[in-house]
Order: sequence, then C-alpha cells, then structure tokens
Amino acid sequence: MAETFTAHHVLEYPGGYTRSVGPVIGRFLTALRDGRIEGVRLADGRVLVPPTEYDPVTSQDVAPEGDHWVTLGPAGRVETWTWVREPRPGKHPLDRPFAFALIRPDGADTAMLHAVDCGSPDAITVGMRVAPRWRAERRGHVTDIEAWVPLADGEEPQPAPLRVPAEDEGPVTGIVSPVRLEYDVTAGEATTRYLRGLAEGRIVGARAPSSDDVYAASRGTDPRTGEPTTVEVEVRDTGVVTTFCVVNIPGLSELAPEIPYVSAQILLDGADNTFFGLIRGIPVDEVRMGLRVRAKWADELKPDHTSIEWWEPTGEPDAPYEHYKDYL
Amino acid sequence: MRDVAVVSFAYQAVAKEPTRSEVEMIVPVVREAVAASGIDRTEIGFTCSGSLDYLQGGPFAFVSGLDAVGAWPPIRESHVEMDAAWALYEAWVALQTGEVDSALVYGFGKSSTGDLHEIMSLQTDPYYLAPLWPSMVDLAALQARAYLDATGRDEKDLAEVAARSQRNALANPAAVRRGDVDVDALLAAPVTHDPLRDHDIAPITDGAAAVVLAAGDLARSVCARPAWIRAIEHRIEPHSPGVRDLTRSESTRLAAQAAGVGDGPVDVAELHAQFSHEELLLAEALGLGGATAVNPSGGPLAANPVMSTGLVRIGEVARRITAGEATRGVAHASSGPCLQQNLVCVLEGQD
Repeated sequence: MAETFTAHHVLEYPGGYTRSVGPVIGRFLTALRDGRIEGVRLADGRVLVPPTEYDPVTSQDVAPEGDHWVTLGPAGRVETWTWVREPRPGKHPLDRPFAFALIRPDGADTAMLHAVDCGSPDAITVGMRVAPRWRAERRGHVTDIEAWVPLADGEEPQPAPLRVPAEDEGPVTGIVSPVRLEYDVTAGEATTRYLRGLAEGRIVGARAPSSDDVYAASRGTDPRTGEPTTVEVEVRDTGVVTTFCVVNIPGLSELAPEIPYVSAQILLDGADNTFFGLIRGIPVDEVRMGLRVRAKWADELKPDHTSIEWWEPTGEPDAPYEHYKDYL
Repeated sequence: MRDVAVVSFAYQAVAKEPTRSEVEMIVPVVREAVAASGIDRTEIGFTCSGSLDYLQGGPFAFVSGLDAVGAWPPIRESHVEMDAAWALYEAWVALQTGEVDSALVYGFGKSSTGDLHEIMSLQTDPYYLAPLWPSMVDLAALQARAYLDATGRDEKDLAEVAARSQRNALANPAAVRRGDVDVDALLAAPVTHDPLRDHDIAPITDGAAAVVLAAGDLARSVCARPAWIRAIEHRIEPHSPGVRDLTRSESTRLAAQAAGVGDGPVDVAELHAQFSHEELLLAEALGLGGATAVNPSGGPLAANPVMSTGLVRIGEVARRITAGEATRGVAHASSGPCLQQNLVCVLEGQD
C-alpha cells in the first residue's frame, strides 16, 4: 500500500500545570526561596530530605510545623551520579553537559536528586563534596538551586545571594510545571485509507468480514468482534442525524464556529456506525433527530477532517425513528 | 486458592512499527492468543489490558484498544495504566473470585512514537523530580553506579549480561537486538550514560502481547500442559530514589519470599530488566542460582515493548512450561523508576 500518514503532535498544556504543594513541601520550597535546605527529623531519628507529608517507611504524618524541622547542609556528598551528555533545552537545569546525582546534604539521612555542574564526568566521584549554587532570582521551586558545584577541601559553601522579598509575599503554596512532549504519530493503515479518501471527496469505510456491517472511517477492525476489516467500501456523504447537541459555550476550540452551533452524530447512508459533524444551514432550534443531511465539502480537499466543513439539510423528509434507533 | 493457568500466549515486537496503529498491532496478537487458547472469544469471562496514554500522547488508548478485542455483546473489561503483567494480576484476582473461568490479558504500546526515556520522567514525583527531567535512563544509571559501587562488580559484568542476552535472542523472532557478540567488543563501545553503554539499555521497541488465562478443568480441557500460576505477588518501595537503598531490590526479595520462589528448583526465569545491572540485582533478590536459565528469550535487552514487557516475561516462562522445556519457572515484572515496584509470578507444569 501507499505510505501511511504520520503527523507531528505536540502535547503541551498552555502555561504549564499548576500544582498545589501543601504545607510540608510548601515549607521546603519556601526555605529554598530563602536560600536554605530544610529537612524533617522522623520518629526514628532519621532526617528526611526533601521532606514528604509522610514518613516514607512507616507512613506516619509529618507535621508542617515544629522543632523536628532542621536546616541541613548546605554542603553535601555525592552518593551516586551519571553524566548527561546531551542536555534537553528548556527542561534540564543546565544547558551544558552535567551530572545528575543523588546528593546527601550534611545532617540528612536521605539524598536528593539534582544537577552537578562540574564540566566533565572525570571531575565527579562518589563521596565528593558539593554545595548548592543558588539562583539570585528564587521563586520557591526545586530549581532555586541552579546546580551543585564541587567543594574543595576546607572550602566553605557560598551563601545564597540576597533576595528582596515582594511586599505581599507569603509561603509557597504552588508550583507551575511546564510539560511539553513531541510525537510522530502514525495514522495506521485503515485510517490512512480513510484520510486519503477525504482528499478525493469520498468517505471510505470498511466491511466487517463476518457480517454486512460497514464502518465509516474504520480503524481497521469490526469493533463488535475484533476481526480485521480489509474490504474497503465507499459510503455516501449523506445521512441522518441520530442525536445532537446545541453548543452554547464559546471558544471550545480554534475550529469551533460562533455559538450557538450544533454538533451531531450522523448515520451515513451505507454505514453501520455514526459519524461526528457540525450541522449548519438550518436554525439551531430546527435541528432534530432524523434530519437528513449532506456533507458540505471544502473547496480545497485535504487528507484530514477539514475536507468536510459541515453538514447541511438535504430537504428530504426526515428518516423514521426505526431507521436509526439502533445507533443511539 | 483456585488453580489458574496460562493456556496461550502471543507476542509481536519490532523496533519501529512503520504503518500500523496501536489497534492494528493488537489485532493479530489477540486473535492468535484467543485461537490458541481453544476458548471462543465470546466465552472469555474477563478482559484486562495494560497501556500508557503518554506513549502516543493521546487520551484513552485503551478504549480504542477494545476495537481489537470485540466488545459486543458487552464484555467485562478493565484496564491498568501499567505494564500488562499487572493486568494479568487483576485478571488472576477476578478468576479467584470464581465469577469467571477465563480471561484475556493484553498489553500494547509504540515507544517509537515519542521520546520514551523522557516521557518516563513524568512518572516521577511532580514536585522534586519531574521539574528536573531526569530520564528513565539517567535514573537507572544512578542505580547502576550505586549497585556496582556496593558490590564491587564492574562494567564487564554488565557487558556479560548484555552479550548473553543478545546471544539468547538469536533464537527469538521477536527480538529487535540480537547478535553473536563478545564482551570485549561491547566494552569497546563508548559509555553513553555513565556507567552504562547503549548495550546495557533496552532497545526502543513497538509491540503487543496477549495471554489467555483459564481456571481448573477449563484449563486442563483446552491445554495439554497448562502453565499453572502457583503464586503471584507484588511489592512496592517508596517513591523517592533518595530514600531507597538502590543497591538491592527489597521489594523483589519480599515478593519472591511471599511467592515461595525458593521452595523448589527454578528451571527458567524471565526478568523485567531493562538495564544490564537490573538483571544482576534482580537475580540476587530472587535468590536464583546457576541452575536457572535467566532470560533465555534475551529478555528486555533484546526487546522492550513497553507496557507488554512484563507480560511477555510471564508468557515466555509459560510457553516453555507448556512446551515441556521447563517444569518450574519464575516471571518478574517491574514498574516505576529504579525497579520501584516488582511483581513475581511462579509458574509450574504438571505431568
């Protein structure tokens, strides 16, 4: 068969995910903003950093206030490390090769993951002394430490640069996490056949091998039985509205028309499944179940959903309920 | 406990599936497993799958996955956003209730679609870890160094695991990395994620796998030598790698103990080791000795169809038992960074 379509997809939430951090993580992040690493002393005396709301071994609560909170380090020791040869721009804390390491701050019994900026994998060893390099602009985030740096024998850690808090600044209550992932998605063989059809002004379906059912825009199987559908058939670009809704919410997508508009399921002539489409060419309050509609094809046909702009009434009499009752 | 067995297994994997969608990859695998089970599709009592929406970057992959199964008349169905080994665990529990006598379990995923190693960063803690974007390989490498440091083993030990995996994979049609390689040649390659080299890291793999489970007499009637699940256990460790002892796998040890791995000889073990050091670490935690063939399929270093890799371990052990090549075997599945969660399944044939 001809080449399968692929598309480049980006998964990204505008502005990043906003997360509430709660009082325990919030206190740790507030301390980072102040240029301090804080941990908590657990019931058995171990000091946990970074702190969680619970003892990771016993699940006992960790109180957000009290004298079990202790200031640690800021210097620490590398417990294990690996070298990142190709930093990911916009994601990794540094734009040059660096080490990821588990670092145990002085006074702690656990380690925290962070970056070590030491130039080369030859410059880092297990047990090496390191200290945080603080950002001047801190916001209550794990990257308020830009990276950790090697600490020579007898050398004192650099204190965090002074930072003037905003007047109305309170404890850290949340973080924003941008997430961006990229994909090259394959449409698959059946969907490629369907998309190719759209570019030719046809709606391609497939017939189930063990029944006469025809699925418009088939994904390659009879969804009732799981059997592969290989027999291609063309279905008509006319059909019947089975069910619909009037949309009164603006801005649902960039492609959405002005409100109010109608989204509908359409049982295409010659198909045994329904097809999603917008209904136009009729006042929204006159759209009804059983309405006969026809595809309004775009002037420029492409192998994607923009080839069918909307569906409009054919003017034929409505289909009887019996015709579509099994497709609701 | 009710006797439950694996009665069929089907599996396909390639480095990069060029044309088929996830659904189209599942179809032949599910059909093969169901046909080989001798149980009619409409008679299967429960269906459970494992997949990960982030692999494709689209929502509800498992819903479209059902197009490959046949869900009419409506079926009893469930899904885990985990490796399908945990879907098998859920199906095993369903069979224990006595409500159903058979189950179809399948897993699927196309790791080649996105950047798998980066995607897996998102399963880490969202406050302290994910904002730094450590990849799954970075995290594994931290464990590898901690393990080597604590045990005195070295990169040659890792290369020996990788070389054996690639040689074993010569006989595995689903392997995407195989070869008659020797340790010195492997060690000549550059370190890419200190202390790991590319051969220590499971290859990117697209694939799907399916298993049919049956209980008691049904299993005996459809399969000449069912692979009976004698025990299945899983344990999890704390979330943060910094609070764990990365030099050993305590969750595997406890699961193995609860499953009674050491109560008899282990002919074969298939381990969900996506990195060379993980195989060594797991074999120790499971208490495996020299008499056990470890990852005779080549293991995940030969093919790593994410979300099926653990289920494939169970299928590979079951297949050898059903074929009469083994009597008692252990399958292991893992989830989370640095072997955070581990499932151990003891399978046995009966003559």
